[in-house]
Amino acid sequence: MIEMQDVWKTYPDGTVALQGINVVIERNEFVYVVGPSGAGKSTFMKLIYREEVPSKGHLSVNGFNIGKLKHRKIPYIRRNIGVIFQDYRLLPKLSAFENVAFAMEVIESPRRLIKRRTMEVLDLVGLKHKANSLPAQLSGGEQQRIAIARAIVNNPAVIVADEPTGNLDPETSWGIMKLLEEINFRGTTIVMATHNKEIVNSLRKRVIAIERGSIVRDQQRGEYGYEN
Amino acid sequence: MKISTLARHLREGVKNVGRNGWMSIASISSIAVSLFILGVFMLLALNVNKVADQIESKVTIRAYLQVTANQAKIDEVERSIKRIPEVKSVKFVSKDEGLKQLRESMGEEGKAALEGYNSENNPLPDAFEIEVFDPQTVSYVAKKVMAINETDASKPVTDVRYGKGTIEKLFRITNAVRNIGLIFVAGLAVMAMFLISTTIKMTIIARRREISIMKMVGATNSFIRWPFFIEGALIGIIGSVVTAAVLLFGYSELTSTTQTDIGYYMIQLATLKDVGWIVTGSILAIGTLLGIWGSTISVRKYLKV
Repeated sequence: MIEMQDVWKTYPDGTVALQGINVVIERNEFVYVVGPSGAGKSTFMKLIYREEVPSKGHLSVNGFNIGKLKHRKIPYIRRNIGVIFQDYRLLPKLSAFENVAFAMEVIESPRRLIKRRTMEVLDLVGLKHKANSLPAQLSGGEQQRIAIARAIVNNPAVIVADEPTGNLDPETSWGIMKLLEEINFRGTTIVMATHNKEIVNSLRKRVIAIERGSIVRDQQRGEYGYEN
Repeated sequence: MKISTLARHLREGVKNVGRNGWMSIASISSIAVSLFILGVFMLLALNVNKVADQIESKVTIRAYLQVTANQAKIDEVERSIKRIPEVKSVKFVSKDEGLKQLRESMGEEGKAALEGYNSENNPLPDAFEIEVFDPQTVSYVAKKVMAINETDASKPVTDVRYGKGTIEKLFRITNAVRNIGLIFVAGLAVMAMFLISTTIKMTIIARRREISIMKMVGATNSFIRWPFFIEGALIGIIGSVVTAAVLLFGYSELTSTTQTDIGYYMIQLATLKDVGWIVTGSILAIGTLLGIWGSTISVRKYLKV
């Protein structure tokens, strides 16, 4: 699903964010990416959803060579990758329903399909009854659920989640994790960067630890391995 | 593109014009002002052209003959003039007729000056009044008429006159009007474009978040760009429609009130029907293009898609 061979990333200011990353993430895996702040986790994630391109090395996602992708092809790649952020990134003036439907509108799905599919994913994240609420009227956990609904509405092959529980209390975080596990169970690959020790240690998955731009540990059912 | 997508872009574009309220009004006004000035200069140029045409079509050549020329000589010269292919018609104006015409054209004050002249002591020569098919050939034909002297030892033609200078002056005015207009309009158009691109830039900044989310979920670049193009085009169209309406209304008022005054000088202004379409069409086309151009600049510069 995701394959990196000797991937390097150097930013224009000279910062070397990743140096020689080699990793393969298979279809339907659930992977935690852990490590200290500034170690290169975010760059790792950004490479996957093609926010950044590798400076060197080979990277393919879902069979596409991301590094050599033509500019106009990028949107079509992104349709296969759902992205979730710590700060939800919902549009404040749109209702929960509209925020989710928006992701289908921009890829020009037929209207009737948009309505049916949007209600379906809102039901899946447990917020069908809040369809008409604005983000400001929802709690943090509910907003993140809407963001997740938006990420999965177009049936992506991969979900990239950058600290999805970073702003949430432990109880709400667990709700979000249950949801991600459910989505993973349905066949979507999940790559999640996190600082949440409890979650990593309790909900055991593959753990990839990145320090100073290199993978220092890659372990199935691994531990978080850092003191917060 | 699907119809429903196009409808969405249109909706978004219209909404943006509203969202940017004052900036949109500023852009629309600057487009309208520059187009208005363009329109005024266009109308001026069209009318100067029309007047020039009218005057041109009235231009005739007068060839004066030797006072001593007898009837045989007069006929001979007439035949020579008629042989020039550009000549449309030749009319003989006898010295008596010339005096009569002069009296008429000079009116009251001429009466005293011409007192005492009659057919006996008429100082005027006989003349030919020559009309040509194409006003542009007037000076050429005049030279040809003068050249009759070269083949005739008696040099029967003493002088050839036509509205020399008048036409050239008119063309100079037309060109000046056109050039001054162009400079004005170019300057204003640049200003209008700058304002439009600023308006679009504001839209882009205000919607940066939305745009990044659109990109994140896989919107194509053209999908993101379309509403901005529509916004720019719309600003241009509104500006030009307002301008065209004001200009046409103003012009119809002007022509209906001044026609009788100017008509006294045998000059007719171009009618609304003559100029309406060309002025409206140019203004709409230029306005819309300015709008699209302004938005293209902004989209290219600020929308890193």
